[in-house]
Amino acid sequence: MSIVFYLLAALTVAGGLAAMLLRNTVHCALALTVAFAGLALLFLNLDAQFAGFAQILVYIGAVAILVVFAILLTRGSETPKDGVFSRSWLAGLAIAAAVFAVLGWAVLQSVRVLPHETAVPVVTVQQIGVALVGRYVLPLEIVAVLLTAALIGAVIVAMHEKEEHK
Amino acid sequence: MSQSPFFVNLDQIFVLLRHWLVSFLPAAWQPAAGVLLSVATIVCLFPALFALTTVFERKGLARIQNRLGPNRVGPFGFFQPIADGIKSLTKEDIVPLSADAAVHFLAPVLLVVTVFMGFAVLPMGRNMVLVDMDAGLLFYFAMGTSSELAVFMAGWSSRNKYSLLGAMRAVAQMISYEVPLLLSSVVVVMITGSLSLTKIVEAQNHYTWCLPHWYIFTPWGFAGFLMYAIATTAETNRSPFDLPEGESELVAGYHTEYSGFKFALFFLGEYVAMFSISGLGTTLFLGGWSAPFSFLTWVPSWIWFFSKLMLSIFVFIWMRGTLPRLRQDQLMNFAWKFVLPMCLLNLLVTGLWRFMGDGWLRWVVCSAILLLAYAGLGLGEMRRQRLGKRSYRYAE
Amino acid sequence: MTPLAGYLLVAALLFSIGLAGALTRRNAILVLIGIELMLNAANLNLIAFWRYGPHPESLTGMMFAIFSIAVAAAEAAVGLGLVIQIHRHAKTTDLDAMNRMKG
Repeated sequence: MSIVFYLLAALTVAGGLAAMLLRNTVHCALALTVAFAGLALLFLNLDAQFAGFAQILVYIGAVAILVVFAILLTRGSETPKDGVFSRSWLAGLAIAAAVFAVLGWAVLQSVRVLPHETAVPVVTVQQIGVALVGRYVLPLEIVAVLLTAALIGAVIVAMHEKEEHK
Repeated sequence: MSQSPFFVNLDQIFVLLRHWLVSFLPAAWQPAAGVLLSVATIVCLFPALFALTTVFERKGLARIQNRLGPNRVGPFGFFQPIADGIKSLTKEDIVPLSADAAVHFLAPVLLVVTVFMGFAVLPMGRNMVLVDMDAGLLFYFAMGTSSELAVFMAGWSSRNKYSLLGAMRAVAQMISYEVPLLLSSVVVVMITGSLSLTKIVEAQNHYTWCLPHWYIFTPWGFAGFLMYAIATTAETNRSPFDLPEGESELVAGYHTEYSGFKFALFFLGEYVAMFSISGLGTTLFLGGWSAPFSFLTWVPSWIWFFSKLMLSIFVFIWMRGTLPRLRQDQLMNFAWKFVLPMCLLNLLVTGLWRFMGDGWLRWVVCSAILLLAYAGLGLGEMRRQRLGKRSYRYAE
Repeated sequence: MTPLAGYLLVAALLFSIGLAGALTRRNAILVLIGIELMLNAANLNLIAFWRYGPHPESLTGMMFAIFSIAVAAAEAAVGLGLVIQIHRHAKTTDLDAMNRMKG
């Protein structure tokens, strides 16, 4: 368990914590970007180069910008008067802690049967391309249709309704 | 190739120099030291090129506008960047009281870091790429999209309506032109069969009767290059797409509240982004470090790369001096209604090219499809304009 | 503790942090941010199992993660569009104030 892994894990978890705890919404979005970057570096540490670069391209380059645009368009950067946590925050925290306890216990219990270091897989982009149009062509086409539907749906949902004001 | 060893050594002179410098260190440190040396070279070279480009730009724009440009500092004003550098380093660093200090500080840092990361995969000469990645082009675009967040951070953290407006416009423009940028590069990947930039250059390094196989000399490559050029001009917020930072419009856009060294960092980031993306354009379409004619291959490869890079920069400066600025809605319309359909059609045409086999037929068919589409889309857009007769109103 | 267990624990921690944020914050956009964190944690799980699993050459984990990234981006777009439209109607993004179906 190298020092690089600990550093990247600390960066990612710190980003995630900051994203959920800060008062200012735009700061939360920027902390989320740090968490995304940490995750991309963790993917690179796991020799998944394509997934790492795709994570940076899609999440930091598109989703983070979407989130900040939405925050600006809904004037979310003004901090609310009653505080940023809802009235039932304790129940939410308890549920999350319970989930983490169960997952952590499951992972640590099965440490004995988890496989040890395997050889580093050499994955070329050509292999990914061949897999995408070969074995995974159906998910690829479905994701294409889904993205088109999401694009059109998002535009329709967020469109100004001019005609109904009459 | 029957090249004399002198020219081969001249071609590889930087590689040999690095090897020689690194050989003084113990063997365990040599790879890391080699990489550090290359990184230091890139970090020193491109800001120096930036300094030279600022004076070229000011004198070039001046000559286009029938004036002289800076001519006081040094012979013909060529030491102007030194004066500019001293000015920006010694200016007071003003941070507005209500600005978000941490984000305000980090925005230029993030911009410069992501812009410089792109140079890691550009092959600047034969065997002269810093990291030969299998997915080099993907890495480059990943770094490019990360720089948009820095622009937003700069505009939002200044708590200034002009900055925010400029930042929103800039980010909207950059996102809109991301898609044509990526699609026009995908055609190159389709034909080469690899995302690695070194393989893309090597695929263009062949000659038939002394003419090179650069992708710009094919119909789909020419269309791709034109759309890539338009997309890069918009991505780097250069004229005619510089509404987000037009002085007559928005004070200074998203870098209104920055002064001194931070403003110099933004300026540096913009120009180095221009270098980086022109470098990628030369690698993808103009053959990278390969010579234009087969009898000129004795000239070192890095000279060809940097000449093509400076030629692209010259074209950027030329466009800035001659073309008027586009309005925000005009440039967004242009991106989504003209450039994007042309890019998608270019993908189709490239596929057709690949499967039609060698011969004159595929040249004719592909060129015909692209020209018809260009004329059709262009005329379709213009017909909706309904431009009236030009009217003049004179002062009384 | 094997490296795989380390990655799985980090993913579990990120997942719980995202879940806690999605359940406790008032602003609708922060709930969506929590959901994005949860999806990312699942992606990390997928890639870790792909890397340390028995057959990394069949690329299953990586493919799954790539499709998950694409679907998460689509979901973020639609979710944020909904939040913007709700803000236009109710003039607020406070989830505690939007606990009635009456418009």
